[in-house]
Amino acid sequence: MYEGVVQNLIDELGLLPGVGPKSAQRIAFHLLSADPADVKRLAHALLEVKEKVRFCRVCGNVAAEEECRICRDQRRDPHVICVVEESKDVVAIEKTREFRGRYHVLGGAISPIDGVGPDDLRVRELMARLADGEVTELILATDPNLEGEATATYLARLVKPMGLKVTRLASGLPVGGDLEYADEVTLGRAFEGRRLLDV
Amino acid sequence: MFTAHLSLTDFRSYPTAELALEPGVTAFVGPNGQGKTNLVEAIGYVASHASHRVATDAPLVRHGAPRAVIRAVIERDQRRALVELEINPGKANRARVNRAPVSRARDALGVLRTVLFAPEDLALSKGDPSERRKFMDDLLVARHPRFAGVRADYDRALKQRNALLRTASQARRRSPRRQMDDAAFASAGAGDVLSTLEVWDAHLVRHGAELLAARLDLVENLRPLVAKAYAELAPGSVPAQIDYRWFSTDEADLGTDRAELAVRLGQALAEARAQEIERGVTLVGPHRDDLLLRLGELPARGYASHGESWSFALALRLAAYDLLRSEGGDPVLILDDVFAELDAQRRRRLAEIVAPAEQVLITAAVAEDVPRELSGARFDVTEGSVTHVG
Ligand SMILES: Nc1ncnc2c1ncn2[C@@H]1O[C@H](COP(=O)(O)OP(=O)(O)OP(=O)(O)O)[C@@H](O)[C@H]1O
Ligand SMILES: [Mg+2]
Ligand SMILES: [Zn+2]
Repeated sequence: MYEGVVQNLIDELGLLPGVGPKSAQRIAFHLLSADPADVKRLAHALLEVKEKVRFCRVCGNVAAEEECRICRDQRRDPHVICVVEESKDVVAIEKTREFRGRYHVLGGAISPIDGVGPDDLRVRELMARLADGEVTELILATDPNLEGEATATYLARLVKPMGLKVTRLASGLPVGGDLEYADEVTLGRAFEGRRLLDV
Repeated sequence: MFTAHLSLTDFRSYPTAELALEPGVTAFVGPNGQGKTNLVEAIGYVASHASHRVATDAPLVRHGAPRAVIRAVIERDQRRALVELEINPGKANRARVNRAPVSRARDALGVLRTVLFAPEDLALSKGDPSERRKFMDDLLVARHPRFAGVRADYDRALKQRNALLRTASQARRRSPRRQMDDAAFASAGAGDVLSTLEVWDAHLVRHGAELLAARLDLVENLRPLVAKAYAELAPGSVPAQIDYRWFSTDEADLGTDRAELAVRLGQALAEARAQEIERGVTLVGPHRDDLLLRLGELPARGYASHGESWSFALALRLAAYDLLRSEGGDPVLILDDVFAELDAQRRRRLAEIVAPAEQVLITAAVAEDVPRELSGARFDVTEGSVTHVG
């Protein structure tokens, strides 16, 4: 244990994803010896991201304004929506340049162990977007692991009565993994080869 | 196949250990608590990514060390493969095969196959059904490593479904009218639970049927081998018989067709639903099944004598060995302290049966416990130092 303020910093850093106690300690001591201006910039960036960045009111993606860049882009196909778990998945898919439609970010996947059910995700918002019939295809691009599959099955069943085309990314993605870790070529190919999901 | 080299870092009692091994019989001899079992446990871990003694990985890491590393060189048909495993308790293990990292540790399964006999095996005939399920599933993975994934998927789906059922059951208990029907239950705000339950049913059934089909096929293949091994260990005894025990039907003629099994599993879940919601746990599926062991008409569990129970446990392991051998690649046999447990006749029989194997690794507290039929190389193990003595 260190003096109060140092230990506080270590504890806070340790709460971040992927940062264990050892790394937290290393980062904390790095910051202690760093140039004060650098640390100020980091602190400023942290505060700014919380103040200025919000979630797109249409798709749930991170946005600098009310609506995100993609939702504001009139050239994007309004007939296709690609459903993903997180904003970082949008970034991964955008990199492939295979997809010209719109997104819907759920904010996670169904996982009873973590207490996450459909009501904790942006499912209601998705249903609202589908209501006017403009969307004709829904691509379910949740992660290729059990929770992602279950979420895809849930959504496919939910929208079934609406009669739209529901597809799932082709296999070939590393099973059990995260979408964001798939390389661009594999992910691009998975998009092209997406298959109809019948439930 | 055989283990040509074993190297340990912070595994169990060993800060480091280096061991060159040969095909044929090798015995590790030394007083109690010196680290004999630790050595063969490491080799078993390379094959199954689990210990035969403990259910969690923490005790495998040397006290005070952050992680353990096992390196093993496996030779098969004159080709060598280096497997490296880093054991990180509480986190995912990491693995490399021939210096190339694999994306998940379980992709390194299948390089080495072992069959391990240990005093703990008595639980196969005397213990809970979970012991026999583990026996079947470990053997499935040894046969076809991709079943490590099927098993993990099933376990995960089961955990998720149980979590959901627990929530449903608590919601129901909190509600003032405990005996609501499903419709009333749904309108009381738990509809969320029921609609996602169907999704988990689908996934549980998919992975469950795959596991079930593989287990049924395994038992078909093992049945004659177990009967034969038992007859060899205990000549003149009543016949030993094994059968897969499914949750509802005792001796049903279950086919191994996956689609059909999926339908039946789905039906069984539907029938159990009300009770599952009441109790908050999944009541049917491969996680509740058993391998029924019988001697003549009587079940082994609860009826067999101590010696008969031992023979049955050994027969299961020998049958596993026979099966793996018949499907390619002589597995490495590990006999951890078993001879001390057996009477003279079983000791001799077992020795005769295993002697021709490509590699046999034995641990014993005293050299006299190793039957004469199994002469070979010997290492003395004392206070964590392992010395080749002939
Ligand atoms: N994680 C660990 N860290 C340090 N020491 C350990 C660890 N796990 C086990 N040991 C030590 O290893 C020893 C047991 O070694 P092992 O089980 O290999 O004995 P053995 O030679 O097979 O004895 P026996 O003849 O009684 O079976 C014990 O003394 C135990 O304290
Ligand atoms: Mg021992
Ligand atoms: Zn948007």
